[in-house]
Amino acid sequence: MHELAITQSLFEIVLEHARQAKAKKVKSVNLVIGEMTGVVGDSVQFYLGILSKDTMAAGLKANIRMAPPQATCRACGKTFIVPEMAWRCPDCGSTELEVNGGKELFVESIEVE
Amino acid sequence: MEIKILKNIMGVNDQVAGKNRELLEKNKVFTINIMASPGAGKTSTVLQTIKALKPLRVGVIEGDISSTIDAETVAKVGVPVVQINTGGECHLDANMIQNALGNLPLDEMDVLMIENVGNLVCPADFKLGESLKALIASVPEGDDKPYKYPGMFTAVDVIILNKIDLLPYVKFSVEAFTQAVKGINSKAQIFPISCTTGEGVEAWGKWLKKRIKDTGK
Repeated sequence: MHELAITQSLFEIVLEHARQAKAKKVKSVNLVIGEMTGVVGDSVQFYLGILSKDTMAAGLKANIRMAPPQATCRACGKTFIVPEMAWRCPDCGSTELEVNGGKELFVESIEVE
Repeated sequence: MEIKILKNIMGVNDQVAGKNRELLEKNKVFTINIMASPGAGKTSTVLQTIKALKPLRVGVIEGDISSTIDAETVAKVGVPVVQINTGGECHLDANMIQNALGNLPLDEMDVLMIENVGNLVCPADFKLGESLKALIASVPEGDDKPYKYPGMFTAVDVIILNKIDLLPYVKFSVEAFTQAVKGINSKAQIFPISCTTGEGVEAWGKWLKKRIKDTGK
């Protein structure tokens, strides 16, 4: 739902680093998006297409790695990827969890020429 | 050629949020970011909280996609209020708050309540410069919401469960809700209240007053 604002922010980061590296063209951007942020990858790609028009990053491709929710069980200490909606430790069945992954939202790297 | 960046996309927003926080702390204003789904009772809770916090002086920022209905309702109780219309954006961001802060008498306020846009997804990702993140859940929404919106339920410091006067009429287990919240967010305290009957409001107000006092030390 809030992809435009987020895509604008990430596009600024991309351009800033491309300029610093004195790049001529930005070919792609590698992103990590946590599933719990609700940010939709297709939508980010769509807005990047619009925002990048007539810039050195025109037509850049977004390679998006979606990071699933991850939790550590407070009862037995197991760290696991949380399957859809099943907020329960797969080993001991406890629902006392420390959520420690799935909210990532960062630019990992860019590919430039 | 690949360039490593590793930069948080929310960095620009977070920077502005940091500036808001500085300004608010300089003026000794304790700020609460109130998030909820539409219709959970955000404005009613704001009004009840203003009463419960007396004699502390409260100011309010109302965030809505459109209209000034909420701001008008709040203005009637005689507190300073600024309405932000996001014009379609589904959340408030730090920049909008920065602009709104200029229109509030911060030096005459102890507490700022920011009523975010009704939405359980996007507001969780945008820091505003708040001292406390509060979520209002309400009984008719169902007790399974913590599992459906884990991003929001793990982001907040305190949860108000509103409309408990409807418990006899709605299939909602306070125990199941509490278990779900505690499971994924052990630090969040839950305050069951009813803005209609006033039940539970005192306990919430008392806790909040203590929190404000402890922060000011």
